[in-house]
This record gives sequence, structure tokens and C-alpha cells, in this order.
Amino acid sequence: MYTESPAVRKVPRAMTSANRPGHHSEVTLRVNGKPHTLLVDHRRVLLDLLREDLDLTGAKKGCDHGQCGACTVLVDGRRLNSCLLLAVTLDGSEVTTVEGLGGHGEEPHPLQRAFLDRDALQCGYCTPGQLCSAVGMLTEAAAGHPSHVTDPATPSGRPVPLDRPEIRERMSGNLCRCGAYPRIVEAVEDVIR
Amino acid sequence: MTGTNLGAPAERREGRQKVTGAARYAAEYTLPGRAHAWPVPAAVPRGRVTAVDTSAALALPGVLAVLTPGDAPRLAEPEDGTLAVLQDPDVPHRGWCVALAVAETLETARAAARAVRVTYDRKPHHADFTEADPDAYEPDEAGGQAGRVERGDPEAAYAAAGVRVDVTYRVPPLHNHPMEPHASTAHWDGDRLTVYTSSQGGTAVRSVLAQLFGLDEEGITVVAEHVGGGFGSKGTPRPDVVLAAMAARHTGRPVTLALPRRYLPDVVGHRAPTVQRLRLGADPDGRLTALLHEVTTHTSRVKEFVEYAAVPSRVMYATPALRSAHRVLPLDVPSPSWMRAPGEAPGMYALESAVDELAGVLGTDPVELRIRNEPDREPASGKPFSSRHLAECLREGARRFGWAERDPRPGARREGPFLLGTGVAAATYPVQVAPSTASAQALPDGTFTVRINAADIGTGARTVLAQVAADALGVPLDRVRTEVGRSDLPPAPLAGGSMGTASWGWAVHEACAELACRLAGHTGPLPVEGIEVRADTAGKADADSPYARHAFGAQFAEVAVDTVTGETRVRRLLGVFAAGHILNARTARSQFTGAMTMGLGMALTEHSTLDAVFGDFAEPDLAAYHVPAHADVPDIEADWLDEDDPHLNPMGSKGIGEIGIVGTAAAVGNAVHHATGIRFRELPLTPDRVLTALLSEG
Repeated sequence: MYTESPAVRKVPRAMTSANRPGHHSEVTLRVNGKPHTLLVDHRRVLLDLLREDLDLTGAKKGCDHGQCGACTVLVDGRRLNSCLLLAVTLDGSEVTTVEGLGGHGEEPHPLQRAFLDRDALQCGYCTPGQLCSAVGMLTEAAAGHPSHVTDPATPSGRPVPLDRPEIRERMSGNLCRCGAYPRIVEAVEDVIR
Repeated sequence: MTGTNLGAPAERREGRQKVTGAARYAAEYTLPGRAHAWPVPAAVPRGRVTAVDTSAALALPGVLAVLTPGDAPRLAEPEDGTLAVLQDPDVPHRGWCVALAVAETLETARAAARAVRVTYDRKPHHADFTEADPDAYEPDEAGGQAGRVERGDPEAAYAAAGVRVDVTYRVPPLHNHPMEPHASTAHWDGDRLTVYTSSQGGTAVRSVLAQLFGLDEEGITVVAEHVGGGFGSKGTPRPDVVLAAMAARHTGRPVTLALPRRYLPDVVGHRAPTVQRLRLGADPDGRLTALLHEVTTHTSRVKEFVEYAAVPSRVMYATPALRSAHRVLPLDVPSPSWMRAPGEAPGMYALESAVDELAGVLGTDPVELRIRNEPDREPASGKPFSSRHLAECLREGARRFGWAERDPRPGARREGPFLLGTGVAAATYPVQVAPSTASAQALPDGTFTVRINAADIGTGARTVLAQVAADALGVPLDRVRTEVGRSDLPPAPLAGGSMGTASWGWAVHEACAELACRLAGHTGPLPVEGIEVRADTAGKADADSPYARHAFGAQFAEVAVDTVTGETRVRRLLGVFAAGHILNARTARSQFTGAMTMGLGMALTEHSTLDAVFGDFAEPDLAAYHVPAHADVPDIEADWLDEDDPHLNPMGSKGIGEIGIVGTAAAVGNAVHHATGIRFRELPLTPDRVLTALLSEG
């Protein structure tokens, strides 16, 4: 079942015995700025909601177990593995996927541009997760969150400067089998400067 | 070829789609009414399925079907036995697909697969790989070449050598683990089949499906527009595409099967483990007098695949006496297959480590020792090299790396708790090329369209083929469109064996050169449909060459070994390659450094264990099997010496997708030896192994 709200693109979804009420609950999320109200299977994770119900296939399924980071999206501004989040727990959340990073304009997000400039991708499958993760990571560092490699003497509560070891450490939840890591780090540096 | 486009760092054409999430991969074709499939893996290492109870699964709301060996659609017998899925009750190894659940949603398909009850007649199995196993045999072929090559009298020459090294190296099973798991979406329209699949070669997928399902190739469309990596494991069709097509036929619905990550090691191939004995004999000047490289590996009972690790020893060094030989042990284990630089990657780890050991025995610089043993001709075949600039790569790499300042004594550099060391290794990968077709069309608006069923698995094929076309046509790059990744385009070979660009580019070049001739003779405006020319390089691309054709390279590594934790970290990695003319500086660099990163993983983190009791892998997922992460990878540097080799193809290119992984692990291992004075002969160099050795030898 699918309830249309004014700013929502309609995704037809047949009512079948598999999504009958009983094991389902109604959830409202804002995804890339648009509200969506859906009746979700309690087993459904955010990643599958995005890909299957909303046809937002930018978030990728690499492992489905929180091991690779390809599904990383921003939930209320924080980067999270969407394969580990049950959609039914996210009522009222604001979700941003790679499709929404650039806002509504034609121009991509500066980090997306930097990825192209640096050739920070090959097969592209980890790329949406790397991008969302990097955006979330920049917010964390600006808010003063330390990482494993942050000097313990760094004053708390102030933005943490992001040198290469910091970027690498903070991005290590996002695997890239093509090995674009050095170029990804350069792309992140480009948007910090 | 003349022109300004080849070699330029053109931006990858599909990049924008990939960074905005618009690029669709195989599981992302949300066709109306699409269902999802989930496999049921065999829970015994060998035996027979005696019953499949599907009642609990079928009772779940939303389940459409459970395919079993008893009722799945019948297929013609495939050439590749791993594709004979659900055709009979035999279980050749743990993880073999014994049923397939199909349901309205992913969640229901997974629950249904779990609810299927399979009973087995379990049979004894043998999954314990040891090189002394009497069942091991000498294969006729290894990687399409002779299993054994001998020159001179290697045993006698080795026995008579003044300086000898006799060492055995071990490489564990390794997994490709592309970031996109193997996935296919299949859809039947009457007898017409369309599949969206994650494959390195859609042309082969079409011909295999035609054979299995008894269809004309014209009745099948294979789409592989974006492919999330493969590294060999998507080189030929894998069970996902066959199962998806069977499930779609059985249910009358479009069906997507995306293999769960943990299931991949059992069904998509792996790099088989190798035990490699190297015997190097040399005279006191360091000139080789004997080189014996003997490899033992395993294969499955489903098919013979030989990890041809002794093959690079046929290419590398001048020696009057050579043995390069393989033995393979069939076991009740998952089937091995190609993984990036099959043969060369593990083989050169062992050979280049052994050469480093010889340098140590001789007291010769390892760069100089390699240069001293440069052959005039390819040692095994006696053919002249079309081009070979290994010595130049070694010298240039040594210059950039600061090799001259190196103190050769092991264990001499200390920095707090760290021992520092540097190492070098050579790299090689053969030039391969296959016939291809392509078409080029000139349109009245002054633009051009090149069509070819190439696969862009992240190499930048669209981009580099546009560069080839633009130069052959003599037009700016932005006037050329490329269409790839669909089987209704002109057939082309796979993206594998580092031969994609050479094979496709040759056909694109021919089509465009012919089109340019036609246009030169054309007067007046073009017809509305334009002018189209088709090329086929059969007979040219596969013609025998009188030359031995290989790319070469040199890898340099600096490591820091933590004496407290045993952790080895790579601080610097430099690769200098000679691979013909580099066609796109930007995407080529990404391929080189990306493959070197995989080599770094092979050296330090990647490890799989074939559990002899269970008969499959103990590290099946990305939490247990450690591919390198950001924090593992330093600023890797790759560069190249441009070669002018007229004996290759019209672009003068050699393949670049695989050579970057070759030699990396040896360079790192040699650096660890230089740092610690301890020689490790089994990969990977994990902290447990290093610390144990440091404590016992320190």
C-alpha cells in the first residue's frame, strides 16, 4: 500500500498477501526532502525501502551486513549503514541519499565534482556510500568528534583538523575493491580546502 | 595512429551517473511485477539430496515457488559444470545450490529459503589440501598453456650450481569480492529472454544461455551496462544468471537474484591456494644456471581449473635450464576460477621472493641481480620480445624511490618500536588480444556513434574507446558517442586477461579508419540514417605473433613493522610499468594503483581458509576476509615508461588491468625481510605470524 502526499512521486505497489497489515506498520520518512508514507514489512531495512519501494537505487547493497559501507546514507544528518536499520524504527526521520546530495539543482555536490576531478572511482559501486560517508564524516569532524588517530591532547569540542591519516581512519568503514582510496582521500581534501 | 586524444587524461564518461546514483546495476532494474530469488546452499560437503520439503516455505505468504533439483527447468549440459544448477541431486561441494526460493519481496524470499528443509545422503569427502597427496596429478594444460615446460637439464644444472636457493612459498585461497555481488535480473517475453547481469562479458553470457535453454542467440538480450567490479569472477557466466532465468521462466515473472555476500566464495570462484617450490641455481656472479618452479594447487570435482603460477617463470629470467611445472589436486571443494592476474600474481610472489633470497645469499643488490639476468629472448619459447623494458622500469623506480641510499643490511633501520625496510620485485603480464567486432556510424549532425558490446567494469572502456575512435576519425573527442554493455551491439570479447581495450580498440579503430575513408570519398550531405561501417578483426587479432609479447614493471615498497604488535604497515608503494602506449593517463593510473592496492591486501590482510571438515571457506564475508580499507593504504604511486611497440595493435597498447597486482606482495614481503631479517614464506603477513617470529627469533 502506498499513500500519496502532495510532493511525492507515486510508486505503484500492488497489495499482495506478502505486505498485508499485521506484520506491517505505517511509517513516514522524508527522503531527500520529500515526505513518503509507506506501509512497511517489519523485516524491511532502510536500504531495501529506498531501493525497492522508492526506486532510489543509489544506495548500494554490497554485503547486507554492515561490513562494507556501500549502503551508507545520512539519517538526520548522521552517516549510517542503511542495511542495518529497520525501516519501521525510522518514523519521522530525514534521510539523504546520494541522489539528494546535490540538492535540487543541476550542479552536483562539490564532493561529487571532486570525485570526478580526481577519478576517485572505478566500478562506481562503493561510490554513493563513500560520498555519503564523507559528507557525514566532515560534519563529525567539524563537531569535534575524535577518531582513533586523533591526538588525545586535542582540545575537545572544537573542529578536528582533517589530515590524511584522519581522513583514512574515518573513511575506513567504506570498502573499495577497485582501490580508489588515494584518489578518494584527495577528493575529500579538495572540498576541505 | 595519429591524433591527440589517445593518452590524454579524459574524464570517465559514466562518472557523473556513478557519483549521482543514476547508474543502474543488474539488480536495480525494477521491472513491473519483479520477484526476488534467494538460494539454498548445500549444508553437506558431499552427497546427494534425497528430499526437499518445500511445504513450510510455500506456506509463507508471498512465496511464488521453490525450485528444486526435482522440478527446476531442464537445461542442456553446460560446458562449465558450475552452471549445471538444480539439474540433479548430486552435491559436489558445500554451498552448491540445492534449491531456490522465489517470492514477492526480498524478505520473504530469504525467509522461504531458510524454511526449505533439505535432507541429504551424506558421503565421505576429502577437502584437505596437502602437496604430498597422491591424488595430485600433472595437468596437460595450465591457463591454456602446457602444464609443464622444461629446457636443458634442470635437476642436473641445479645440483651443479655454485649458489643455490631451495625455498617453498605458500599463498592461501583468495577471494575476488567485487563490491557488487553477482546479480542478475531475468525477464521472459514468450520465448524471448532478457537478462540484466553483472558480467565482464555479455557476449559469452548470451551464447551460454542460448545453449543451456535451447534458444537462438537472437532471442536473448544481455544487458551489462554498469558492472560493480569482477576481477575475474564475472569473466564467464556464473550460476546467478542461470538461476534467475530459470526462476523467471518457472514463475512467469521477472526475477532478480542477487547472491548474498557470504555465498559468493562457494559459487563464483576463488584463487586456489598454491604451494610453490622454487629452486634457483646461480654462478658466483649471480647469473642463473637453473630455475625450477614447481606448483601444487587444488581444483574441484566439478571442473579442472589450474592456478598457473609457474607460468611467469617461463618469461622472466635468462637461464640455460628451466622447469616450470604444475600439479593439481581435485578435492570436494568449491570450484576455483580466475582472480586478477591468475597465475602471475601468486607465481611472481614466489619467484620474486626467491630472487630476493638469492640476492641475499650472493650479497648482490636485488635490482642489479634482476638486471643481470635479463634474457635476450623469451626463455621458454626462444622468441624475441616485441618490447621489454623491465630493466628501465627497475632503474627508474630505483631512482624515484631513493634505492641508492638503501642500507642493504636487514634489520638495520629502527624508529622507536618500528623496524623499517624496503623491498623490490618485478612484475609481468602477458599481452593477450582476441577478435572483436565493432561498428562506427557518421551522422548528418557531424557526430559519430561507436557501438560494441564491450563491458565497462570500472576500467573506463567507454571513455578510452571514444578516444580510439576520435583519433582514428580525426575528430574532437566530444563528437564521439560510445554504446557498450548490450548484446544487441556488435559482439565483443570479455573484459578479462587484460585484453579488453586492445581487443575492442582494435575493432573500433578498424571501423573508424574505414569510416574515415568512406567519408573522405563522400560528397554532399550524409543521408538521414548516416553512414555505418562494421569491422571484424578475426584473423588479425588472433594471428600468431613471431614475438613474445608481455608488459613488465617494477614494484618498490617501504614497510614499518611494529615490534610490539607485529603489525606491518606499508608506508610507500611505487610501481613503474612498461605496458606499451598508455591510452588514458587518468584511468590507467587508477587501474595500476587499484591493482597494487589489491596486491597490498594479498601481502598483508587477505586470507581465506578451506576448512577440511566443513569443505568450504571459514572466512566467507567482508568481516572475516579482510580486503584493504582506507587506513591500510598509503599514497600509492604508479607511473609508466611509454613504449613504442609496433607489434601489438593499432593503438600500440598492452593490457594494464592486472599487472599492478603482480609483484606487489613480493615487494612488501621483501621489505618485511629487509626490516626484520626474518623471511616469511606464507601469505599474508598478519600480526600473529610476524609477532610470533619476532619473539622467537628476536
